[in-house]
Amino acid sequence: MIFSNPEIWALTLSMAIPLALPAVGGTFSERTGVVNIAMEGIMLIGAFFGVAFSYWTGNAWVGLFAAIVCGALTALALAWGAIHVSADQTVLGMGINIFAAGLTTFLLNTLFGYNGTPVNTPKLPSVSIPGLDHIPYIGVIFTNQSVLVYVGIVLIFLSHWFLFSTRLGLRMRSVGENPLAADTLGIPVWRLRYLGVVLSGVFSAIGGAYLSIGILNGFTSNMTSGRGYIALAAMIFGKWTPLGSFGAALIFGFSTALGIVLQGHGVSSNILQMIPYALTILALTGLIGRSTPPAADGIPYEPRR
Amino acid sequence: MEPVLEVVDLKKWFPGVKANDGVNLTVHAGEVHAILGENGAGKSTLMKVIYGLLEPTSGEIRLFGQPVHFRSPRDAILAGIGMVHQHFMLIPALTVAENVVLGDEPGGVRFDRREAVRRVRELSERYGLAIDPNAKVGDLTVGLQQRVEILKAFYRKARVLILDEPTALLTPQETRELFNIIRALKAEGVPVLFISHKLDEVLEISDRVTVMRAGKTVETLETKGATPQMLANLMVGREVVLRVEKPPMEAGPPVLEVRNLRVRSADRHERVKGVTLTVRRGEILGIAGIDGNGQFELADAIAGLLRAEAGQIVLDGRDITHLSPAERTQLGIAYVPQDRQLDGLVLSFDLASNIILRDFRRPPFSRRGILNRRAAESYAKRLIEAFDVRPPDFRRKASELSGGNQQKVILAREVSRDPLILLAAQPTRGLDVGAIEGVHRQLVRLRNEGKAVLLISLELDEILSLSDRIAVMHDGEIVGVVDRAEATREQLGLMMTGRRAKEGTA
Repeated sequence: MIFSNPEIWALTLSMAIPLALPAVGGTFSERTGVVNIAMEGIMLIGAFFGVAFSYWTGNAWVGLFAAIVCGALTALALAWGAIHVSADQTVLGMGINIFAAGLTTFLLNTLFGYNGTPVNTPKLPSVSIPGLDHIPYIGVIFTNQSVLVYVGIVLIFLSHWFLFSTRLGLRMRSVGENPLAADTLGIPVWRLRYLGVVLSGVFSAIGGAYLSIGILNGFTSNMTSGRGYIALAAMIFGKWTPLGSFGAALIFGFSTALGIVLQGHGVSSNILQMIPYALTILALTGLIGRSTPPAADGIPYEPRR
Repeated sequence: MEPVLEVVDLKKWFPGVKANDGVNLTVHAGEVHAILGENGAGKSTLMKVIYGLLEPTSGEIRLFGQPVHFRSPRDAILAGIGMVHQHFMLIPALTVAENVVLGDEPGGVRFDRREAVRRVRELSERYGLAIDPNAKVGDLTVGLQQRVEILKAFYRKARVLILDEPTALLTPQETRELFNIIRALKAEGVPVLFISHKLDEVLEISDRVTVMRAGKTVETLETKGATPQMLANLMVGREVVLRVEKPPMEAGPPVLEVRNLRVRSADRHERVKGVTLTVRRGEILGIAGIDGNGQFELADAIAGLLRAEAGQIVLDGRDITHLSPAERTQLGIAYVPQDRQLDGLVLSFDLASNIILRDFRRPPFSRRGILNRRAAESYAKRLIEAFDVRPPDFRRKASELSGGNQQKVILAREVSRDPLILLAAQPTRGLDVGAIEGVHRQLVRLRNEGKAVLLISLELDEILSLSDRIAVMHDGEIVGVVDRAEATREQLGLMMTGRRAKEGTA
């Protein structure tokens, strides 16, 4: 039986991380009141520049850093449009997704030619957690995973604590619920919204880099293949909380892992790929637990004159 | 004694509008000072200037003798001004404690939730504002949410409390409780500035009252010596008729008959539990009752917005129980719903569109599905003129009008369709004295023309001054029906709590 094989759980975790990180990023953005559907595009940016800088400098960590910077800059553009100009956030996000897909493919072809990124690009190390990796059965989950898996898990828990147990987290949430009320209490609405959106860029870019220099060591055109959108679903399904997003990402990651394992068993992986979206629709319609977005999500705030 | 708050010759001009044009005000320690004025008199602008949301064009504000210049609400809060806005500045998704401390949270990086709860509990005990600090604000009643706002002010060490139209959204019981809180604060020596357009409330709670009209403070007087008529005249600037004259009328044949009606509200609770009543031509039947006793569900059911679970509704001899709202409209039911912004108007439409909302399917407003904008406009123009809607411009969006003028638009639309019966649910809610007078005149005019009017109001005074007969509802049932001539306030008050009338039923 496939479930008795712990490999599927290891695969679940490694498939969940590139969904969970952008989902947590999106949570930061939407909790401060900016709708963010640009995770897909920012992931692509992160994935591409991660590989590019990793190859150019010969150091995958520099690649990761570059990915984060580029992701943050892209998010900054989204933030400026959404916050300063009060542009439609859905249209902006979609614009970034299309732009990022085109830009990364264009740069891939012009900078690296049609053979793709070089095979000798360094990747981030994969590590086992000493102690945990020898536990029978579940040990394999913590064996030979990309270092970003562990970093990601720590970041997710940290994010949850940050959002729900710190003063800054409380203020960020208040801005996404009722910016006018927050403003009258002296809370800087725009600054916190910028922070939320830029954090979403950072997290999405790490998620993208995980794909290109965490699991693999190369970039292919459109390699995120919709993970940014599934992350959006995970964020909603997880009720706009980091831990909830992680849980949802694990469920979605499991359905992906199942698809991989069941290949050759005559089960269509397309059916399994539908699961995240079906679950999200059910969550939004309230059939499995009600999911309510932050009250001011997507509504620009015009400060007083 | 040194005044707490002084406003000296304050002016706030906007392009084309002098919202405040000479405001003078002195608030002393330990007094409840009311600011009374009609909607649009400049009360809100004054509050915004005092609170640092707007900068004054000229004039001075002094707090404890010191001139102050607030650039933002933050400055005003730091100086000791606590403001409870008409529309609460609360975050429903957060708890009471979180809402209160937001912006000045205890703790370092970490938010010290326990300390926040402790401080809020301490404050609520000190000021007698009972509330659970861990409750989610979105789950609280409006009255309790208001307490959270007051706590917010005191958490920030407010030395003067400003309440902007605090009773607008409260039930009568919640208003009682608020007044008790205000009296307790006064006993503590906290000055309260109470902004309102309701005469009776101002007379009940305040020590002194300053009347505003057209951006100016007209007069400040001791409440003790003031009468409603005096204040109303000062507010409006002319002699106001507080009670509309009503010639005696002989009621005609029945227009609307409701028999054993049972209705469930949208949340599936049974709200109307077997109501039987009759409304005749040439009479105003008032339905008195405390909010939440089924009176608004009754009106919705008659208008067709809620389904009748059981029973019958008969209009002019015809059973309409199962007809759609549109069909009932055609047959002669006019409806002024309780929530004019939600059910009465499409706020984002202009006045012309709103005015033909009931009739756009028919000529002359449309033919074969194509709207005739010109017909709508000329009709709207006529109604706007006849009902004195301001500004008189049918291109304005309904959202741009004041509450009183929105209500005029709805009344104009409903009344001009020549209905058999008008259902009016809280038709003067939130309106000022001048606008109330206009609405009351319209209702009485309809009655005098031989139409039937079903008036549902939570204001007993309104019921008493307009109705020919009064039905009292309690817990979904009609407790009794009395003739206006025989009704007393005390008897109705008892019936509203569910006690049957000793005699006289219908």
